[in-house]
Amino acid sequence: MDAVNLDVVHGERRAILGPNGAGKTTLFNVICGDVTASSGSVELFGEDVTRRPARYRAKLGLARTYQQSRLFNGLTVEDSIYLSIVGVEGGRLRPVLLPGRDRAARERAREAARTVAISHKLGALVGSLSHGEHRQVAIAMALAAEPKALMLDEPASGLSRGERQLLTDLLVGLDRAITLILIEHDMDIALRVAERVTMMHDGRVIVEGTPAEIRANETVHDLYLGRGYRNE
Amino acid sequence: MRPCTTSTSDAATGMSEPQAAAAPAGGASLLEVAGLAAFYGGARALEDVSFTMGHESIAIIGRNGMGKTTLCNAIMGISPPRASGSIRFEGHELVGRQSHRIARRGIGYVPQGRRLFPSLTVDQHLRIASRGASSNGTSEWTKERVYDLFPRLGERKRNGGAQLSGGEQQMLAIGRALVTNPKILVMDEPSEGLAPTVIEGLIETFRLLEQEGLAILLIEQNLGVATALAERQLVMIGGRIAVETTATKLSQDPDLQRQYLGVEPLAH
Repeated sequence: MDAVNLDVVHGERRAILGPNGAGKTTLFNVICGDVTASSGSVELFGEDVTRRPARYRAKLGLARTYQQSRLFNGLTVEDSIYLSIVGVEGGRLRPVLLPGRDRAARERAREAARTVAISHKLGALVGSLSHGEHRQVAIAMALAAEPKALMLDEPASGLSRGERQLLTDLLVGLDRAITLILIEHDMDIALRVAERVTMMHDGRVIVEGTPAEIRANETVHDLYLGRGYRNE
Repeated sequence: MRPCTTSTSDAATGMSEPQAAAAPAGGASLLEVAGLAAFYGGARALEDVSFTMGHESIAIIGRNGMGKTTLCNAIMGISPPRASGSIRFEGHELVGRQSHRIARRGIGYVPQGRRLFPSLTVDQHLRIASRGASSNGTSEWTKERVYDLFPRLGERKRNGGAQLSGGEQQMLAIGRALVTNPKILVMDEPSEGLAPTVIEGLIETFRLLEQEGLAILLIEQNLGVATALAERQLVMIGGRIAVETTATKLSQDPDLQRQYLGVEPLAH
């Protein structure tokens, strides 16, 4: 990545597009703290977090998903989502489990599973699920943590058409208090959900604009969208 | 919903619906799957899967968790699952054979999730895969031809698998299967993670390859890709092939799409 500037305002829906290898995921890694920037800074909710670890940024309210879902195969779907809730809320060992709070977290976990249509697999071990189902669980985990900002890295990949529709509806209807940054190659989703689009190429931001501006941009067509979109 | 079989008795009923014309287009059958079941431990993931394909392209579609990837793994002899039943490729039984022997018969595999070696470079992946590659008599795939197909990979020849972006890994997984010069390409969601321009290029390439005689068994969630590449569309529901339809029918019928690919509970 080279001299990337990205300014996302509170509550915004932003899509990051770009050819394969443009640096989209690297940008996500720098924002969430998985990778430290060699130079420049990252500010999150008004606070400079450039030197802060990923877990600190998660506590501030940043949640993300990965292209290849990173989950615990030995946990059930419900437990996975539940842990993402208590992980952000508490994080420390609790000697006494408060039944009321625990029940509420369990209910929130089940609710998140319903939102992404995976509730029929609540008791199933994550390791026994298909690739697409892993993606659904990862999104449920990110949502259940009730983040202030949500970063999704190709959330629709591996999902069937119906599941994509559900995801689109979910993202369109997402609470406006949550800021959303999305990497997605499915343009039906990206351009429907996003209010602004940032196009990256070779580690740089080359175009930024509304979905309509992006659709009309020749460079974007040449580098990324291809002929299929030109004809529309 | 009518179960799809490709047995002669079914074809002999002479129904006018396209799925009745299940006889393989390319004359003699290339791949014949009959009564295939697959298990993970005691859990049955595939049940009585049967279909036949010739030198043609077919797509297996369906919601998540329906057994599509398990079917690929069963064909490739990857365990788990434990498979029973019959998978015949050019008349040779594959069930019970080892994966590398199956691959050498001329089956190229593009697995879901790419499965590359993090420490090997792009070039090394392709060199290793092309070792001992058989000639399929049609088109010879080389490293260079893969780099022509995916110029981005050419630029990253010396990068390790772990340094590639998701889309670049996908390109390499496809290239790795092509340099074995397969007779049939089994691909589990090849378009996943690829930019729209790259997908366009892939569709064009696969169409050319098909004309050259390469058969393609495609698992795909991107319906645009599935219908562009294969007219025959087999729908998997709950570990079975529930129905066979055509790309023409499917792409024009949103109700059909909802029924087979939607998230509403499916009637078995």
